[in-house]
Amino acid sequence: MCNILSASIKNSHEGPVVMHLCQRCVFVFRCLRIPASLQQSTCILHQRSHDSRITAALLQPSHKQLPVHNLSQKYNIETWRPCGMHLRALSSSVQKNNSDLTPKKDENHCVTYDSSVLHQESSQVSLSNTHNIGLDAVVRPSPFQEICEEEALRIQVPSALPPVSFTLRPYVDQSETLSKLVQLGVDLWKLEQRPNVGSMLVKLDFHSDVAPRLLFLKDLGVEEPKLGSLITKNPFILTESLENLEARVAYLRSKKFSAQSVAAMVSKAPYLLNFSVKRLDNRLGFFQQLLGLSSEKTQNLMIRLPKLLCGSLEPVKENLKVCELEFGFRENEIRHIVTTVPKVLLANKRKLTQIFDFVHNTMGIPHSLIAKFPQVLNAKFLRIRERHLFLKYLGRAQYQPSQPSYISLDRLVILPDEIFCSDVALATLEDFEQFQKTL
Amino acid sequence: MSTKAVRLFRKLDGLFAVYKPQGVHWKLVRDNIESHLLKELNSCPPPPPRLTVQFQLLTSGENRSSTDLILSPSMVPSLADHPQVTGPQFHKVHVGIGHRLDAFSSGVLVLGLGKANGLLEHLCKSHVTRDYTLEGEFGKATDDFCHTGRVVEKTTYDHVTQDKLERVLAMMQGANQKALIMYSQVDLQTQEAYELALKGLLYPHGKSPPILTGLRCIHFNPPHFTLEVQCVNETQNYLRKLIHEVGLELRTSAVCSGVRRTRDGPFKVENALTRQQWTTDNIIQAIAHFRSTKRKIRKSGIYRQTAAQSNTSIQEQKSKGHDDAQNFSCDTMVGRESAEKRDEESMMKRVDEKNSSNCSTVLN
Repeated sequence: MCNILSASIKNSHEGPVVMHLCQRCVFVFRCLRIPASLQQSTCILHQRSHDSRITAALLQPSHKQLPVHNLSQKYNIETWRPCGMHLRALSSSVQKNNSDLTPKKDENHCVTYDSSVLHQESSQVSLSNTHNIGLDAVVRPSPFQEICEEEALRIQVPSALPPVSFTLRPYVDQSETLSKLVQLGVDLWKLEQRPNVGSMLVKLDFHSDVAPRLLFLKDLGVEEPKLGSLITKNPFILTESLENLEARVAYLRSKKFSAQSVAAMVSKAPYLLNFSVKRLDNRLGFFQQLLGLSSEKTQNLMIRLPKLLCGSLEPVKENLKVCELEFGFRENEIRHIVTTVPKVLLANKRKLTQIFDFVHNTMGIPHSLIAKFPQVLNAKFLRIRERHLFLKYLGRAQYQPSQPSYISLDRLVILPDEIFCSDVALATLEDFEQFQKTL
Repeated sequence: MSTKAVRLFRKLDGLFAVYKPQGVHWKLVRDNIESHLLKELNSCPPPPPRLTVQFQLLTSGENRSSTDLILSPSMVPSLADHPQVTGPQFHKVHVGIGHRLDAFSSGVLVLGLGKANGLLEHLCKSHVTRDYTLEGEFGKATDDFCHTGRVVEKTTYDHVTQDKLERVLAMMQGANQKALIMYSQVDLQTQEAYELALKGLLYPHGKSPPILTGLRCIHFNPPHFTLEVQCVNETQNYLRKLIHEVGLELRTSAVCSGVRRTRDGPFKVENALTRQQWTTDNIIQAIAHFRSTKRKIRKSGIYRQTAAQSNTSIQEQKSKGHDDAQNFSCDTMVGRESAEKRDEESMMKRVDEKNSSNCSTVLN
């Protein structure tokens, strides 16, 4: 809670000076004027003022001060300077100038202050010397205290950010990191739904955390439009240490992946660089050994589907076993299928079985033909079923290459509906829709 | 605040029918349609971001020295309203569903959008019948009555002829007719009951088991055969069991290889949307097409518990039923009584056309 607030304040601190003050504060600070004669008195009793306006103004800054109690000294010095000023000036003003505060700017007025009297406790301690302190007789700075222009400009009022929020919306305008991420193209609404990611992003500092990693990715070769979606899918790349990232990229380069291919792999699989060198090595070795492909072909496979290096290996092993035992494909056929359509390795086992069962048993297509056109295994089952039944109804379901009017499996599956109806089925789209309603 | 997205959302209000493909769970159909609609709604341009006042330290003009900094206000669009921060405008579209269809069956599925979701309840509780086409296959029996189930029994079916099949179907229809009369709580000795039965306006009240109001064979090609069924209160499993029972009556066994709903009340298969047509424009067109049907359902919903047999009971039911009516006030109801009764009867006549012909043949 406190961390978010402090971080946001810190961020607003170090960024370009964009101050978000409410107009009332600015007006109040500017309209103060204390006669010069009152400057000498320093230890004057502060009496509780009955003027509601003054108490309201007094209470307002005090409430803002309470949560930032534990911040660094640097922050205290910079923002408490005017408050410290007000503490002493108020005591004098309230005592003697109840109704004669004329709002007149005094540009040359600069109150000297003691830098040691900055903490609220110390000011309270100084007052405790005087007698008759009530329960809430803490000396508050007066908003009517006149200060010089430079002081007024340098006041940094912590904005009223909620300490806890379900969304990142209240923090986006104040936080430099978040606004720069939005400009980059990151979908903050997706990230804030993930647990703890929102708090992590708010705590990040743009110049020390985010910028070096973005520069690293740019040097790697990832294009700027893709940086946004990369961070949306993997925000944890911003918390990975730069040495690790560089080590992993060096490892991939050492395995003869070219720079562009590494960049392409990182864009396609955003979590790639979060995995250790050992794990990447393990996976590359596994695929090389299991599939029995040459190193170049394995590399091409990885470049096409880098998700293989990220996910677990068990589903891949299962899918390969299914292809071999259940479907009955031979080694070379499986290799051909995997190099043409790598997605088969990550497909859902049940859906894959359903499609193969329909294509092989119902449509009557032999293994060799399926291996020649592995795109069918990647297609939607409903599409294959409807189109096949339509062709069967029309009498055009001919899948043997040796016979006339042969329809290849890839044309059956890849073509969009209109072209399929006009070229392959030689019917109209309306006929196809009417036929679909009879299934 | 009528942005393009809001105007489009307001148009999505009504009932329409969709053709559910076989093998797909009805929830997937509903989710698919919802995601299509959401994609269209969220593709509309978002409202412009609000402007916030920000005080920026800028150097003042030339008349003062350049070291002077002044706070100058400027209207800056707030990043909190940026679409990447707020997310999509619409997260959910309420798509309701009428009578469900299980995964094995295909056919007409009625969906409702927006305010019409309330009408779906009327439709479900109303007495409209549904039309099914059942495909069966003689020769085997399975454990779940489907042709994909585990085979339990295999029999011969050479002795089965169309004549025998028709006789069995007539016997079943007779039994169902008796059940219909019993559950409609009508004393057949009265004149009004006879007239209603002639017109085909008998239907069961309250809870009743599935009743077939019409049953015939449209295609016979052993071992395959096709039945057409009109029923009330049914489940698809009951219909598959029906095929099994037909097989049993014929001293053989049968499995169901397809259940296809061709009509759900006034929603027919000709106007149902296929998978390629599940887009916003087609859905809005379908809603416009079924607008008159929606009105009739709303009216007939008042009569959902009514005994349409006698006028007096109609009066009683109306006075009782006006509590349930969500869309009509008492005054309008009483005034339009005759018009509504005529409407309702015409709707029922159109819907139960075949039933009346079947009823009359059986009663004769």
